[in-house]
Parts: sequence; C-alpha cells; structure tokens
Amino acid sequence: MTSLASLPTINNLAKSLTSLCLGIGALLALMIVTKTTSAPMAFHGYLMIAAFVLGIIAILNMGFNNNGKIKADLSPSGVYYNDTVIKAGVIAAAFWGVAGFLVGDVIAWQLAFPALNFDLPWTNFGRLRPLHTSAVIFAFGGNVLIATSFYVVQRTSKARLAGEIAPWFVFWGYQLFIVLAATGYLLGITQGKEYAEPEWYVDLWLTIVWVTYLLVFLGTLVRRKEPHIFVANWFYLAFIVTVAMLHLVNNMSMPVSFTEPKSYVLFSGVQDALTQWWYGHNAVGFFLTAGFLGIMYYFVPKRAERPIYSYRLSIVHFWSLIFLYIWAGPHHLHYTALPEWAQTLGMTFSIILWMPSWGGMINGLMTLSGAWDKLRTDPVLKMMVVSLAFYGMSTFEGPLMSIKAVNSLSHYTDWTVGHVHSGALGWVAYVSFGALYCLFPWLWKRKDLYSLKLVNIHFWISTIGIVLYICAMWVSGIMQGLMWRAYDSLGFLEYSFVETVEAMHPYYIIRAAGGLLFVIGSLVMVYNLWKTARGEGNAVTLDNARPALAQ
Amino acid sequence: MSFKHEIFEKNSIFLLVGILIMVAIGGLVEIAPLFYLENTIEKVKGMRPYTPLELAGRNIYIREGCYNCHSQMIRSTRDEVERYGHYSLAAESMYDHPFQWGSKRTGPDLARVGKKYSDEWHRAHLIAPRAIVPESVMPGYPFLAKNDLKFNNISADLKANQIVGVPYSDDQVTFAAQDVKAQLDEDSEGYDDFMTRYPSAMVRDFDGNPEKISEMDAIIAYMQMLGTLVDFSLYNEKENNR
Repeated sequence: MTSLASLPTINNLAKSLTSLCLGIGALLALMIVTKTTSAPMAFHGYLMIAAFVLGIIAILNMGFNNNGKIKADLSPSGVYYNDTVIKAGVIAAAFWGVAGFLVGDVIAWQLAFPALNFDLPWTNFGRLRPLHTSAVIFAFGGNVLIATSFYVVQRTSKARLAGEIAPWFVFWGYQLFIVLAATGYLLGITQGKEYAEPEWYVDLWLTIVWVTYLLVFLGTLVRRKEPHIFVANWFYLAFIVTVAMLHLVNNMSMPVSFTEPKSYVLFSGVQDALTQWWYGHNAVGFFLTAGFLGIMYYFVPKRAERPIYSYRLSIVHFWSLIFLYIWAGPHHLHYTALPEWAQTLGMTFSIILWMPSWGGMINGLMTLSGAWDKLRTDPVLKMMVVSLAFYGMSTFEGPLMSIKAVNSLSHYTDWTVGHVHSGALGWVAYVSFGALYCLFPWLWKRKDLYSLKLVNIHFWISTIGIVLYICAMWVSGIMQGLMWRAYDSLGFLEYSFVETVEAMHPYYIIRAAGGLLFVIGSLVMVYNLWKTARGEGNAVTLDNARPALAQ
Repeated sequence: MSFKHEIFEKNSIFLLVGILIMVAIGGLVEIAPLFYLENTIEKVKGMRPYTPLELAGRNIYIREGCYNCHSQMIRSTRDEVERYGHYSLAAESMYDHPFQWGSKRTGPDLARVGKKYSDEWHRAHLIAPRAIVPESVMPGYPFLAKNDLKFNNISADLKANQIVGVPYSDDQVTFAAQDVKAQLDEDSEGYDDFMTRYPSAMVRDFDGNPEKISEMDAIIAYMQMLGTLVDFSLYNEKENNR
C-alpha cells in the first residue's frame, strides 16, 4: 500500500529483476545480430541492444542517491500521482501525430503525382502506406490512449499507478515497438496483413509490453480508494484486454528461423481473411472506438463541468458495444469467397451496431445539457463536441456501407478511405486533440493554455481539411464504383480500368490539399502545447499544486 | 431486477472476466466453424502449392506492399466477372499464408492476371509503369531487375509453409534452391526433377536476362501463374453452392 504521507519508493529487487530481463533481451538481440543473414534484422538487433542497455542504466538510476525514493508532487487529494510518465506520453503522442499525418499527406500527393514515389524501395507508396496507418493508429492513437488511461485511472481511483518501473517500461517499450515496426516497413519487413504488418519478433515484443500495460492498469484499479470503477475505465479495460486477444490470435505465425525476420502466418486463405478482418474491424472497434470512448467519458464531463448524461445508458451501451463489435468483421468480405452465411451474419451485426454507437454519442453530447453556452467560449470543448458529431456520422455511414448492396459499390473504392478518415480525423484525432489540450495545462500546472485563439484556428483549419478530404473521397469513390459497373448500349463494360484511374486525379489533389490543412492544424497545436508547457501567454504557473480543472 | 450491475463496478476481476466472455462469443461463433465446415473450401482440380520461385516472388509482392493497391479477390458480381474472369474461389487461396485478397483497388484486381500479358510487358511496366500506361499512378520498381534474388535459404521458407499446413513434400523442401534455378532454365540439370515435382509450372527466364537470377524473375513468375491453376471446365458451380 502506498502510504498517503510518504514519497513512493522503488524496490531494489524489482530493479535487479527487470535489469536482468533486459540484459537477457540484449543477449538475445546480440545473438540475432551475429547470426542473421538479413541486414534490416541486424539493424533491429542493434536497436534493441541499445534500447535495452539504456533501459538498464535508466532503471538502475531510478531512486539512486535518494534512498530509493521517487520524486513526485502531492496532489490536493493526498496522492502522489505518477504524472511524469504521462508527460512523456503526451509529448510522444503529439510528435507521432504530426509524423503520421505528414506521411499520410505525402502518400496522398504520391497518388496525385506518382513521380513522387521516386522509384526507390523505401519511398514507394506500398511501403509508406503501412507506415502512415501504423503511425497514426498505433503511434499517435496508442500514445494518446496509454497517456490518458494512465491519467484517468489514477484520478478516478485516487491511487498512484501500480509499479514504478512498469509504467515506464510500457512507455519506452511501446516507443521501441513503434520504431521497430516503422523502420521495418521502410526496409521491407512486413507480414502483409493490413494494420498488423509487424513481423513475429516485433509482435512478441509488443505482447510483453501490452501484458505489462494490462497489469499496470488492473493493478491501479485494484488499489483504488473509490468503491466504484469509473465508466471510462470500463472502456479502457475492454480496449486493453480485447486488443491483446486480437493481437495474439491474428499474429500467430511460423518464423523461417529465429534469426530471420520472415514468417508465415498460421492460417491461410479464407480462414486467414476472416481472422484478419475480425482483427482489423476490432482494431477499429476497440483501439479506435472503445479506448477513445474512455477518453470521452472522462474529458467531456470534466471540460463541460457537467456529470455524464445517463449512467444507465453508459452501462447498456458499454456491454452492447463490446458484444456487437466483434461480429462485424465479415462486412469487409462481401461477395468474396467467404461463405455467404458469415457475410450475412457480419452485415446483420454491423447494422445493429449502429444503436450502441449512437448510444455513446448521445451520452456524450447530452452531457453538455446546460453547458452548451461553453461552446462559444471554449474551443477545446468545441473540438470534443465536433468529434462526437463525426463519431455519430461515421458510425451511421459504417452500418450503411456494411449492407451488401451498398458494399458492392463502395468496396475497393475511395469511399472506404473517406469513411475511415471521417472516423480517424474527425472522431479519433479530434477527441485526442481535446484531451491533449486539457492535459498539457493540467500536467504542467498552468492556469490555461498558451492561447485559446490558436485552438480556434487549429479547429477551423483542420475542419476545412477534413471536409475537403471526405467530400473528395465520397465523389471519387462513388464515381469509380459506378464507372466500374457501367455498361454501354451494346452491353459491354463502358470504361477500361485505367479510365477510372484517370478520373480520380482532381479528387486526389483536393484530398491531398485537405490533408495538408490537417497537418498545418496539427503544427499549430504543437506550437500551442509547447508554449503552454513553457508557461507563456495565458499559461501562467499555478501557485499551488492543484491542476486547474481536475480537482 | 434482482441482478445488480454493481458486481462489475466494484470488482475489477469480475469486470475483466465479463469483458472477456462478451468479446469471445462473436469470434467463436463466426470464425471457428470455417475450420470444420467441409463446404468452406470448394473441391477443385488443379490447385498446387507455389513453386519456390513463385513463393519468393510472392514474398517480394508482400514486401513491396502491392496489396495496398491491388486486390486478389474477384467478387461474384456481373461486372467483376466480365472484367477480371471467373469469381475467386476459396480453394484458390488455400495455400496462401497470409491471404492477399486486399481491400482497395487503386490498381486493378490481380487474381487472374496470370498469362494475360507477356513477360516483357510486365518487366517494362514494373520498371516504368507510365511508359506503358500513361495514366497509371503506380510507383516504378526498377530496382527489382537490379536486385539479385536471395534464395539460398529458400528451403527454410518451404519448411515453414509445410509446418503451417501447405502440403509440400520433403523433396520439394530439400531441393527448393535447385528448383528455383530449374524453373528459370529448361536446360538446367534439375529441370526434369522440377517438372516431376511441379508438373504444371511454367519454365523460362522471366526477366529476359539469363545472366542473372533477379527479383524481377521471381515476381513475374508469381504474377504469371496467378489465377491459372484451377481448371474451370471441370468445376461444378452447383455442387459447391454455399
């Protein structure tokens, strides 16, 4: 038990054991370096050795010269919260966000002007596109989720994060996962499954990090001083547990050798396809939805200073959302070689899924009852409310597109890409921006953000960007789908494939321009957050340790 | 109501177990039957595992992320069947670890691209797509013709496939590297053995440069066999209705 009055301390046994494990890891990596025939894997081996050695030094240094005591501020509620790891998390989130958006915009321009591929292996679209998707989903989204979940679970449990080394292991271990995955794609290491591209050894590393994450989260819940587990934590827990399950099942594979990067996944053909989209759709459902609903359930009520609209609705929509999402995967495989019963089942559940999704949206929006006037004065809240509107829109569009007749038109086209981005930019990124705008002043103990005016500018630049993006993709997607199935008066297909490619050109330029606006907006945010952390503008330092809005 | 939700709200382990049960059901009901329902994969004639050269080509296809823009799954709609050929069967990807059905057609479907274009067309197109198709947005892959194909350890690749269920014979695994060379040269000494092991395989120098075993050889060998294995004159659609 953490005593209320004394500083958290670090256990010497934990220090030695973790250092030992990292040491063993470094030896394994050294073995890979000496035996592998793959230069990229040797590079990964060196990266791992460097990371593990630095990790050991950092761990041995923890609490050194301080009788094992860790520096922390006492909160007004009498808890030494672990906020340093969250500070690292929000900085990493902002960094990876900009990087991921930038790569996304680069590949958008490549589609408009293919000369930008430069005909090199590491700059072609095929390698950069997984870099973009992993960077925004796992690097940006993942860091936002880890940082906010660490913040929320401590505040709503009135307990310090479980473990001293473990939270830092989760943070740095996750960054190592990102770097291994990203550099791997550029060097041609991929297992070729969308959103699950990292090879077996990177998957194994992520498994270790993720299990530690689960233990830290659960351990903190177990230590809680509040009788009830707060709603946001149900969503975070569902996200952590389910992602673990999905990751393990979808990535089962047989490596060619333990010192080579290549592996062959366990399942094949139709079984692999459904396993992959069971994973893929629930990466959306649990990584990009349940986790971010956790953010919504804490940050929207906090920022609006209103209680959650309906507790009962939270319960109903939580259980129905997690139960129904899992079934929706087959809607990615309509009219394919997947047996028809599975397609129909997937479609049915996808349509039903509309209900709990809107349950969540309504619960979030109605939380603003009596506080709608704040939208005029608080652009951060405005961003979060608009994120819920986008959530509502894309969770209506999703069930629509899962209907087989609609899907026969939309599948394989840009409509899917537009749909994903209305969810990813409008919902996931906006609610994340909202959380970052809240957390920077809270963590650095500033009265307010450096500039609310800049938040407003960010909001408008990126909203125009999103609208350009999704409208361009609606037009190009539906147009291409219609052109593929158009027949002339003699009963022949009217367009060759390449004519449909040519027709996309103007929309690809509009989309890339929209993406550029979104990138610019994110840079405005980073500037604002940087100034806030530095304590400039309105971000005056609070005289006591009490965070501005998080009493 | 006698049941109280409080049980989950006050006990993190109950909550954890509750979540696990809820999220396990869908996958168990939907995915598990695909492994034992016999009609999931059609009965067809002609399917065989990839030759070592084709497998190496497939690995390059995966490495370069071709699946990001090309599907290998012809859906059973009128226009797709007219544009690309017979709709894809589950049997046609049963040796694919992983599957490469794709999800986006920035370029056309490739499930039946085999034998539609000449090797020269593929080579020129991969090196400079817009020299052949001016409106194309595909990146160029000139480096494939320059890179030597790494195939000294290709036996280990077949072995791993054998472990996950691809019916490679032990001979096919052992002589995999020899078979790579044999598929590129009719006059090589391993040619007869290769043809015994893979009777329907195409044998020729795919990249047009007999001096070199390049990555271009492998990827063209792979693309030229895509969708060509199943003999549709013997395929009974009604028997395989699912």
